[in-house]
Amino acid sequence: MKRWPATLLVNGLLVVAAGFALLPLLWMLSVSFMRPGEADSFPPPLIPSAPTLAAYRTLFTQHGMGRYFVNSLLLASAATGLSLIFNVAAGYAFAKLRFAGRDRAFQLLLVVLVIPGQVAMIPLFLMLKTMGLVNNFGGVLAPAAAGVFGIFLVRQYALSIPDELLEAARVDGAGEFRIFRSIVLPILLPIMVTLATFTFLGTWNDFMWPLIVLNDERLYTLPVALASLSREHVQDSELMMAGAVVTVFPVLLLFVVLQRYYVQGLLAGSVKG
Amino acid sequence: MKGGQAGWAFVAPALAVIGLFFLVPTMAALALSLTDFDIYALADLRNLRFVGFRNYAELLANPLFWQALGNTLYFVVVGVPISIAVSLAAALLLESRLARFRSFFRTALFAPVVTTLVAVAVIWRYLLHTHYGLLNYALGALGVSPVDWLGDPHWAMPAIILFAVWKNFGYNMLIFVAGLQTIPEDLYEAARMDGASALRRFWHVTLPALAPVLLLVSLLTVAGYLQLFAEPYVMTQGGPQQSTVSVLYFMFEQGFKWWNLGTASAVAFLLFVMILAVTLIQLAVARRRGAL
Repeated sequence: MKRWPATLLVNGLLVVAAGFALLPLLWMLSVSFMRPGEADSFPPPLIPSAPTLAAYRTLFTQHGMGRYFVNSLLLASAATGLSLIFNVAAGYAFAKLRFAGRDRAFQLLLVVLVIPGQVAMIPLFLMLKTMGLVNNFGGVLAPAAAGVFGIFLVRQYALSIPDELLEAARVDGAGEFRIFRSIVLPILLPIMVTLATFTFLGTWNDFMWPLIVLNDERLYTLPVALASLSREHVQDSELMMAGAVVTVFPVLLLFVVLQRYYVQGLLAGSVKG
Repeated sequence: MKGGQAGWAFVAPALAVIGLFFLVPTMAALALSLTDFDIYALADLRNLRFVGFRNYAELLANPLFWQALGNTLYFVVVGVPISIAVSLAAALLLESRLARFRSFFRTALFAPVVTTLVAVAVIWRYLLHTHYGLLNYALGALGVSPVDWLGDPHWAMPAIILFAVWKNFGYNMLIFVAGLQTIPEDLYEAARMDGASALRRFWHVTLPALAPVLLLVSLLTVAGYLQLFAEPYVMTQGGPQQSTVSVLYFMFEQGFKWWNLGTASAVAFLLFVMILAVTLIQLAVARRRGAL
């Protein structure tokens, strides 16, 4: 068969690409199980000679990793809940309810989409400071509660809800809130999973804003704690890799489980947009 | 009308959040950039003065700002084409009819995108280590002498670009995969009948069909890469010799290290204008070429 060399080439290149993508992550995992100082030798070892949890133990007992983990989990979950409440209601209304000024308001939102988030950061910081929300989880959550991307995502999906379905419920005397809760929400469930995945991953991975708002070490999220740890413990490879594993593993797991929903959101936010 | 009230009741909470925590601060940023807001004003607002465009004038006279701008443009001009090329190549491989285990490869190639930037930047700092790093070890096997990736001002930005390509290529790859799937198979069949080689089919069928996707991807990537921050923060702290200070890194230091919040707002605003300008230029070029 003449196909053989080409098949080998394509799949060989895919293996190389997958190696490029995964090797740093596998190396992180391997080093996190090494004895203190083991990774700093030449040639660099790939596999721990005697796997140990020493780095993880140090991380959790001496560097308060447990607290940072809980902080991250709490913030990401709260942001996800808030984002679902605010964005789903708004996205549905922009798609299916008629009200004065709807189209103009939606166009304004699309304009807002081109403004990079960092422009607002400094005044927002001052604003939150006067509201007492600096050094407070509220300061991280407030701007994450609603977003144009989330509203847009839900709206695109909600457009496919048949108007007859809503009209029939109205004729039966159901109020708008009741329709939303018992008819619309079940239909929107898949896109809500997508939005939840995006918000959770986004909040978990976010760095610059929590770095600005949270100065008290006890409030640090995993990325902020890891960045500060890496500035102090440059030479402790095993410790830092264990920290990276603790930070990255939950989001990778979440992604692998909810991959379908995540990819759907990514494409809705770009190709169709 | 009752329906109208319900509509506003549904959108009002979200609009209030976006207005209060995004629109108002964005406009305030413009106002703030015209003042000398600093650590004294932070302590007592009576120390605040309106200074017109002085912050902007001082920025344009500040060599470090120009260096930050130059470093950021270097990152964008070199990093964006490489990132897009790698994304497109990976998408073509995944969509090849000869590819096996597609869903495994797709997940594997996409994995770096969902990882936490700070955590993987820490990993790469060790991979790039001069003595114990895997990269230099692998290069050593090829006979290349060790490179001080993050310690040499000539190599620090290329190293960050390599890291950024690794971290981001999966995102655009998925967008390209979706774009490739919309190209009708008959186009390829017709080209094959005409005896077009794989390269010519790519050039005359795939690329033109992907033009709108390519535009979208380049807009998103340029805007994203102009916002370079966490990579230098974690990997190089702006060094060596300020070779990796980006515009946002400069803004962060001005604002939250030196508390020159007026100056920092001016930087933020200039960044916004740059992103807007690049977007408009790309749209105009695409329109002229007929990609839209």
